[in-house]
Amino acid sequence: MAEHIVPIKTYVIIFLALMVLTVVTVLAATVDLGAFNTLVALSIAVLKATLVVLYFMHVRYSSRLTWVFVVAGLFWFGIMIAFTLSDYVSRPWIPVVSGQ
Amino acid sequence: MAESHTTHAHTGLAHHFDNMEQQKEAGTLGMWAFLVTEVMFFGGLFMAYILYRASYPDAFASASSHLNWKLGAANTVVLIVSSLTMALAVYYSQIGNRKLLMAMLVLTMILGATFLVVKAFEYNDKYVHHLIPGFGFQWDGAGNPQNVQMFYWIYFAMTGVHALHMIVGLGIMAVILYMAKRGRFTPEYHSPVEISGLYWHFVDIVWIFLFPLLYLIGAHESH
Repeated sequence: MAEHIVPIKTYVIIFLALMVLTVVTVLAATVDLGAFNTLVALSIAVLKATLVVLYFMHVRYSSRLTWVFVVAGLFWFGIMIAFTLSDYVSRPWIPVVSGQ
Repeated sequence: MAESHTTHAHTGLAHHFDNMEQQKEAGTLGMWAFLVTEVMFFGGLFMAYILYRASYPDAFASASSHLNWKLGAANTVVLIVSSLTMALAVYYSQIGNRKLLMAMLVLTMILGATFLVVKAFEYNDKYVHHLIPGFGFQWDGAGNPQNVQMFYWIYFAMTGVHALHMIVGLGIMAVILYMAKRGRFTPEYHSPVEISGLYWHFVDIVWIFLFPLLYLIGAHESH
């Protein structure tokens, strides 16, 4: 099986997309969107990271096993965030038992 | 046996692999396994960031607006261009163009060094303005100084560890450049270029998250 060679054109398109998204991030941060500022910033960052992983890091053209590794890493990262936040967010829900 | 061993040494196939494809797959998976541990490593820092920013949103926004977002943005551009040159380095190793492979590696290293120099100027600015946490930290802007200091702990921890990764990346690229100069890479064998590239892109991705989360969270309030 021949190795997949990503053409230069694809790299340049991804590069330009990353540049545009960087400008969008900066512009979006100057507008007050309340809590949505963080959501927008993170969404753009996730989109940029996805482009880098799929094209610059060739995961789009890699084996299924590579996909499993990448997704497993993100999944475990998600577990850490979800479980930690479930603790911190739910703490105020439980009434404080006063000591002696 | 001795004959096939010589052939292998010539093509770059290590004796414990059946063929080049299997060798490349193993190398790629090995690097990804390492990068997953890196996700966990930086993940802990991101977790700390999430919790403290949720606890002290105003202090974090105030502290963030003191960072120079223009330098942060410039460094973002520098790293994205370096990712492009890294990707092109892999491309030229695949088609066997040693000259352009080396040129792209050198460009990648120059851009990586540029990033670190800008970072050094930023760190110096924090030092001059007494914003190094734990060393006579002073803050007279908005927000509780203790909580602002927490932002700077996280800022220095995350950008410091990231910069350390950049320095390691420069070392790796120097080795790859030396190997390229020695003519070690061919269209059949160039896994080291590709696998080092994975590391370089990963470090770029970390910065893609650090830039908006550290530099831009106070941007709409500072005017």
